[in-house]
Amino acid sequence: MKKMLPLAVVALIVIAIQVITGLTDTRFYLTQLTMSAYYALLIIGLCVVMGYAGQISLGHAGFFAIGGYVSAALTTRNLVAHKETGLVKMLDGFGLLVSGQDIYGDAFMAVTPWTACILAVLCAGLIAWILGIPVLKLKGHYLAMATLGFGIIIYRIVLASAYFGEADGISEVPGFTLVPGLTVSGDFGAREENYYIAWGLLILGMVLLRNLIDSRVGRALRSIHGSEEAAASVGVNTARYKLSVFVLSAVFAAVAGVFMVHYNGGIGPSEAGVMKSVRYVAIVAVGGMAHIWGALIMGIVLNFLSLRGVFGSYDDAVFGFILIAIMLFAPNGILSLNWRASVERLLTFANLRKRPGDQTDAPS
Amino acid sequence: MTAELFIQYLFAGITYGAIYAIVAIGFNIIYNTTGIINFAQGEFVMLGGMISISLLPFVPMPVAIALAVILTMIFGALLEICFIRWLESPGVLRMIIITIGLSILTREVALHIWGESIRSLPYFVGDEITTVTILGARISPQVLWVIGVCGLMVVFLSVFFQTTSVGREMRACAANRKAAILCGINTRNMVTLSFILSAGMGALAGCVMSPITSTEYDIGTGLAIKGFTVAILGGLGNSMAAVGAGLLLGILEAFSISILPLAFKDAIAITILLLILFVRPHGLFGSSAAAGLKEF
Repeated sequence: MKKMLPLAVVALIVIAIQVITGLTDTRFYLTQLTMSAYYALLIIGLCVVMGYAGQISLGHAGFFAIGGYVSAALTTRNLVAHKETGLVKMLDGFGLLVSGQDIYGDAFMAVTPWTACILAVLCAGLIAWILGIPVLKLKGHYLAMATLGFGIIIYRIVLASAYFGEADGISEVPGFTLVPGLTVSGDFGAREENYYIAWGLLILGMVLLRNLIDSRVGRALRSIHGSEEAAASVGVNTARYKLSVFVLSAVFAAVAGVFMVHYNGGIGPSEAGVMKSVRYVAIVAVGGMAHIWGALIMGIVLNFLSLRGVFGSYDDAVFGFILIAIMLFAPNGILSLNWRASVERLLTFANLRKRPGDQTDAPS
Repeated sequence: MTAELFIQYLFAGITYGAIYAIVAIGFNIIYNTTGIINFAQGEFVMLGGMISISLLPFVPMPVAIALAVILTMIFGALLEICFIRWLESPGVLRMIIITIGLSILTREVALHIWGESIRSLPYFVGDEITTVTILGARISPQVLWVIGVCGLMVVFLSVFFQTTSVGREMRACAANRKAAILCGINTRNMVTLSFILSAGMGALAGCVMSPITSTEYDIGTGLAIKGFTVAILGGLGNSMAAVGAGLLLGILEAFSISILPLAFKDAIAITILLLILFVRPHGLFGSSAAAGLKEF
């Protein structure tokens, strides 16, 4: 029960923020808070891969984009032209298609959001699995470059294929009715509803990951981070654990992408860009790598500030700066920073020499 | 495909391949002395092109290029001194993230100085329609400039590493750092020197390629990926193999255009990168026995 206390506090804060914005007539903040929650969902997933299992991924925007794009394309692309093909007939037979008329009065037929969501998440998970088998054998620079390469390929595919809207992306994505009366959509009237959906999903994700970390799996992951050889020698199946946690984080990213695209009503190629992946890594690093709460808090705060446009045209530069500053001065994240040691370290750096026998190493 | 067209594609491939090889050698020089991959490598190429273009209205072109190379070398040295020199045995993950951060910051600074516009240096000889005929194919003299300059750089480097004492010290530092320290070599200065060297090479390549490929603030990432692909293809740390691998990738890309849509040109390099990483991470020319001792 004690483990649930922080999450209960988060839930209370979430409710308090909604009440306060309602009272002070600043409900517009809820829009960015909703989007931040979806980004944070991806980030806590990435945190488990990077911080706990120690595997860097510079391609997570790719999984987010797979989730978002597949769901968006399936729910908006008209299937009337393929009405007579076996696959479409089969889907229709199972009641997985919605039919109707588009704004010009022509017949329209597309996949239902629930089906699209499941297909999108499955697709991302499958790709992560296929990619993960060879990629996770690599270490260090090689792993970083391979995942970066994967991200760029997804970006190129999205940009080059007409099905995914090329440079324009996909727009006019319909709302996603989770259960009757609860719809993920960008309607102004549904702001509070969507705020709670997003945060509910995020808290659910947190519960899942925290239980995972505290379980046998979590201990195995940490042992892999410490030393893969040592972990393997005590019987940890390192390849399997790394792969399953990688797939899990890809699923988190894809779910975030699916919900985001139905909430925003559209998605563009920039969501698949390299800078997005780097940004997620930056946020996990600021939060302290193996620190899921840090990742959550920083994910919300930094995404919220970025979405509010606080950084202006320096948006990417700010994240680059954060990356360098954190990695130079506080590689364990700012939440676990030992301020006194860091200041001393800075001073010794300023003097450019250390006194002999002086122990001023920052936590590393 | 006619013989002329074949040669045309071949020269286009060799031109790009030469650039990739130079970026890859830049990776290798820094990797050999420090064991890290400098993700900001592509930014040196961009800076070389951009600075020389900005200096062009004030000084003649050779001076502008020389100044651009020197300024980029100073920039490379500053990067190393400010961000890398004073870290004590940093982990690989940390170094990856720091150099990625540096590349983003450099790119953003370039964006705020030069904007999003695409620029290029004028052609060294003649203009964009001047051609020379080689084996029936018509080729811009700039292509010969790129190939010539890149070739000279490779020759200069091998002479530098083989015959000069500084070059030998750098190789000693690459071979065994601790032993190099015991021999009285200042390895920290060698690291700075390796950054200066690869910054200068990147900048010069950025200048000679600018008339053909033009320069933008964000060309660095693409070049870094291609350069890394080439470095891996040849076997990380092996500069001479990088030349062969660079030409191979350039020619493959050039001929791919005749089969695949242009939009997938970049995807080819990355697919090759992924394949190589999965199948032969020690490179086409590397030995698997030596690779067994390394960490991939």
